[in-house]
Amino acid sequence: MTDETVTEDKLHDDISAVHEPAWPADVTALQAKFGDDVQEIEQGLDCVCVTLARGAIVEACHYLKDTQAYEQVMDICGVDMSDYPGHAAEAPRFEVVYHLLSVSENKRLRLKVLAGERDLVDSVTEVWPTANWYEREVFDLYGVIFNHHPDLRRILTDYGFEGYPLRKDFPLTGRVEMFFDEAQWRCVYRPNKVENRELVQKSWPEGERG
Amino acid sequence: MAEIKNYTLNFGPQHPAAHGVLRLVTELDGEVVEKCDPHIGLLHRGTEKLFEHKTYLQNLPYFDRFDYVSMMANEHAYALAVEKMLGITAPERAQYIRVMFAELTRILNHCMWLGAVALDIGAMTVFLYCFREREDIFDFYEAVSGARMHASYFRPGGVTKDLPEGLLEKIEAFTETFPVYVDEYETLLTENRIWKQRNVDIGVVDREAALAWGFSGPMIRGSGVEWDLRKTQPYDVYDRLDFDIPVGVTGDCYDRYLVRVEEMRQSNKIIKQCIDWLAANPGPVKIDDYKLTNPPRAKMKDDMEALIHHFRYFSEGFDVPAGEVYAAVEHPKGEFGVYLVSDGSNKPYRMKVRASGFAHIEALDYMCRGHMVADVVAILGTQDIVFGEVDR
Repeated sequence: MTDETVTEDKLHDDISAVHEPAWPADVTALQAKFGDDVQEIEQGLDCVCVTLARGAIVEACHYLKDTQAYEQVMDICGVDMSDYPGHAAEAPRFEVVYHLLSVSENKRLRLKVLAGERDLVDSVTEVWPTANWYEREVFDLYGVIFNHHPDLRRILTDYGFEGYPLRKDFPLTGRVEMFFDEAQWRCVYRPNKVENRELVQKSWPEGERG
Repeated sequence: MAEIKNYTLNFGPQHPAAHGVLRLVTELDGEVVEKCDPHIGLLHRGTEKLFEHKTYLQNLPYFDRFDYVSMMANEHAYALAVEKMLGITAPERAQYIRVMFAELTRILNHCMWLGAVALDIGAMTVFLYCFREREDIFDFYEAVSGARMHASYFRPGGVTKDLPEGLLEKIEAFTETFPVYVDEYETLLTENRIWKQRNVDIGVVDREAALAWGFSGPMIRGSGVEWDLRKTQPYDVYDRLDFDIPVGVTGDCYDRYLVRVEEMRQSNKIIKQCIDWLAANPGPVKIDDYKLTNPPRAKMKDDMEALIHHFRYFSEGFDVPAGEVYAAVEHPKGEFGVYLVSDGSNKPYRMKVRASGFAHIEALDYMCRGHMVADVVAILGTQDIVFGEVDR
């Protein structure tokens, strides 16, 4: 599938695409500018995905916005890789994924930064103000801390919530439940005793499917 | 001289103009908004966590519940994301059906928006008019899926069922009368003095700000950016259809109103083209790989293998190759994207939903500063916020 996409892109490009590698000009420019900070470039199904060194993210975003016409960041999200098949225990646990969009040149780019549990990721709020809430969300759900963020509060979870719900070790049922206590005449939390049910087991294809 | 103090006003979460459950902490100087801090998450249901524990088919109905006034548009993004991962394309007829229903959904959404916003600003009649048309579209939803709102009609690989007999004629009759209805809305609002006083030059967002704040959909088009995924990154059969993209000039609430009204007319035009094509071209409405879709009932009666496929499809689901993809559609509210990470199993490893409303409401503070308290309601309305998608 990936190969097909690459060939298609090559056709869409021009004659120069015959040479390897066939990365778009903005990715090549990014690589030339940031050198070793560009750790990996990969052709995804939808767009090119660039993995950056953690320290370079703000500079790279400034560069992509100012010189490569990526005016918008459409999405920033976290991924907890700790459960992913083949993920080494010592490798960084989280990925922070940025989806950039250029409205003027009609192109997309995916950036990735790897972060361990104790690593700080620099905030890109100074590049795009909209990153503010997206980073708050990543912090809220995964506990990734963003450096130089103007207002790093929880955003989606309840006031006073504890834990990071989208981490793979957080139970689906949560840890507490809320109920109305007649005696105190208010809502109180207590540890929940709901057992974690998995209706359909997770399964991988064994060799050929079917 | 008297001491002047800022006044902090708490708006919501239970307020009829909060469009759901929004808590807004505003800091006022007299009646002028100095700062406003939206507190979201009061409708957070942890859907993204649930995704990781459900099969790809079980995840589909959750999408109806994101933006619960444009259900099928949400499903569309999910269906496209999974299709991209599997490397399949829905049959042409299914694509036309999906586009037709996506556009009906756009009308559904804009009717809800127009009615609710007009009601917030004080025009009662528009609300009643808009809900009249919404009922018609709900009937179409019911005819194809059995549900009036949460349809679960689009599937990866096509749609669940073909259109029932006689439905195309009904939709055609609707498209014939709908432009007249839009004229009615416009008669009530477009030149209405109060409507204009409440909307013109309120919540002005220029091009640069709209880009920086991650706007999309009618919000960015109202600010004069010609950007519509249906045109720029077409999916399904949008590239074969003829329609125009309305664009605003000043970027105020009134421009965004005009953009949305014109979008309703353009959607109507798209639906008509789809009806013409669908009436002339019968065919399959889902792919015939029974590992990825359910086999027809008749086939299961005499084919053991079909029975097995059916059982496996609905119990264990299907596996999606490892990888990642971001698929976005031009949702009535803006760019609705699904970022899907698969580890090769029958459940998503991580699925992030990019909701347009999330970015829009984040900019509420930027848009409200310097406006009156009453304008907060108008600005909140123009953003077309639905908390199902903002809070997820």
